[in-house]
Amino acid sequence: MPSLRFHIRFPEQKIKEPIIYQIGHEYKVVTNVRRADVRETTGWMDVELTGETGEIERAVEGLRKKGVLVDPIELNVVE
Amino acid sequence: MAKMKALICRECGKEYPTKAIHVCELCFGPLEVKYNYEEIKQTISRKKIESGPHSMWRYIDLLPVEGAPSVGPHAGFTPMVRAKNLGAFLGLDELYIKNDTVNHPTLSFKDRVVAVALTRARELGFETVACASTGNLANSVAAHAAAAGMRCYVFIPGDLEAAKVLGNLIYKPNVVEVEGNYDDVNRLCSEIAGEHKWAFVNINIRPYYAEGSKTLAFETVEQLGWRAPDQAVIPMASGSLLTKIKKGLQEMETLGLIGKVKTKINGAQAEGCSPISTAFKEGRDFFRPVKPKTIAKSLAIGNPADGYYALKATAETGGAMDMVSDEEVVEGIKLLAQTEGIFAETAGGVTIGVLQKLVKQGIIKKGDVTVAYITGNGLKTQEAVIDAVGRPVRIQPSLVNFEKTFKMGKNGGGDA
Ligand SMILES: Cc1ncc(COP(=O)(O)O)c(C=O)c1O
Ligand SMILES: [Zn+2]
Repeated sequence: MPSLRFHIRFPEQKIKEPIIYQIGHEYKVVTNVRRADVRETTGWMDVELTGETGEIERAVEGLRKKGVLVDPIELNVVE
Repeated sequence: MAKMKALICRECGKEYPTKAIHVCELCFGPLEVKYNYEEIKQTISRKKIESGPHSMWRYIDLLPVEGAPSVGPHAGFTPMVRAKNLGAFLGLDELYIKNDTVNHPTLSFKDRVVAVALTRARELGFETVACASTGNLANSVAAHAAAAGMRCYVFIPGDLEAAKVLGNLIYKPNVVEVEGNYDDVNRLCSEIAGEHKWAFVNINIRPYYAEGSKTLAFETVEQLGWRAPDQAVIPMASGSLLTKIKKGLQEMETLGLIGKVKTKINGAQAEGCSPISTAFKEGRDFFRPVKPKTIAKSLAIGNPADGYYALKATAETGGAMDMVSDEEVVEGIKLLAQTEGIFAETAGGVTIGVLQKLVKQGIIKKGDVTVAYITGNGLKTQEAVIDAVGRPVRIQPSLVNFEKTFKMGKNGGGDA
């Protein structure tokens, strides 16, 4: 089963929402948080999504719709 | 035992074999090369280095390759220019320009990192190399791949200027122009890198690739007569170059080649893309990603992979960071050209502009031995200055006309 790794960022007003939990319920993906830094006004997580490729892509779209920012784990790779 | 010990996670310290991997399986932190310094110390010496090749490969003992360089044998060992005129203008007694505008073969410091990346990629058995880039990196990968006879894919955003596209096409790699915005290109490339067994120089080969930048620090020390400068001013995109110059200086100290290093590491960005400098000035240890908008396109990385580490490196050395406007970038390019005869690209304008600011603020002092890193050639970013350099003086082909135009007197000429 494919896994993809992402760096996701939460805007201040989204920090308190259980977004990772929701994504695990709304899409057929397993979420696995490996590293995170969540403070009062800023937060990020390095997370792995495991599932069918199409379902991972839908989950990423779902995350974006909820207002969080999703980047590759490598951050910008175009340099 | 080999000089390379392992790849090590910068976050949790877990070690991995020296393969084509770049992310820690445990915590997803970035990996970097760990060396056997004790062993390297046994054989390295100033004398041995000085008798090495006139390229960055004279420091091969501190580069992450196992055998001899097979790609990019002529990269590095660029001039260290004593910038007396610019120093006098700025009020610095001992200013140097590390001039990578003349790096071989594609005229930017990227030739250093790519020489290491492709040599290592070959050692690891790769036949295809790739990168995602908006300019200098792509040019260098394409040129080196052509010379090495390796298959090459270069991914570029769809809205790139013609000159930058041409600088890739001439070497005939597969130039892939991705429809979509910058973020789309980014995400696609990181997914492609995960899917194909290619050497993606700035993704799965990144731990090796990034080490090539250390040679700028090694050359600095040697060219200054085996001493480290008091101040270094370094342009930042991903922030990798800055962190590796610091690492290189530290290695010189660790190996006993020089005494205690006290160099202050300073970072430079353009206002239109300054996530790292902004965080530094606001006293934060993390940066907020931005959408880049600046003429300094080679530095336009809005979500820089090494931004966090660059902030740390600068803070640890007591250095500073700053940013300059696009107008100041152009002024910086002109100032360097007109005082030292060196035509730098926009990244060089950023460095000179920030150098000037740091001197004005008293952060860099008159007596400080200062090195400014000029990392790319002005012929590659002509658009940036074309409207700021005036026009030729046009005259009729007659001596009278010439003399009149230039108000020639008995003792030679004036200006038009
Ligand atoms: C000319 C030039 N200078 C400096 C940099 C900054 O390098 P880094 O991404 O390592 O910060 C780049 C590339 O990204 C560049 O092309
Ligand atoms: Zn780790």
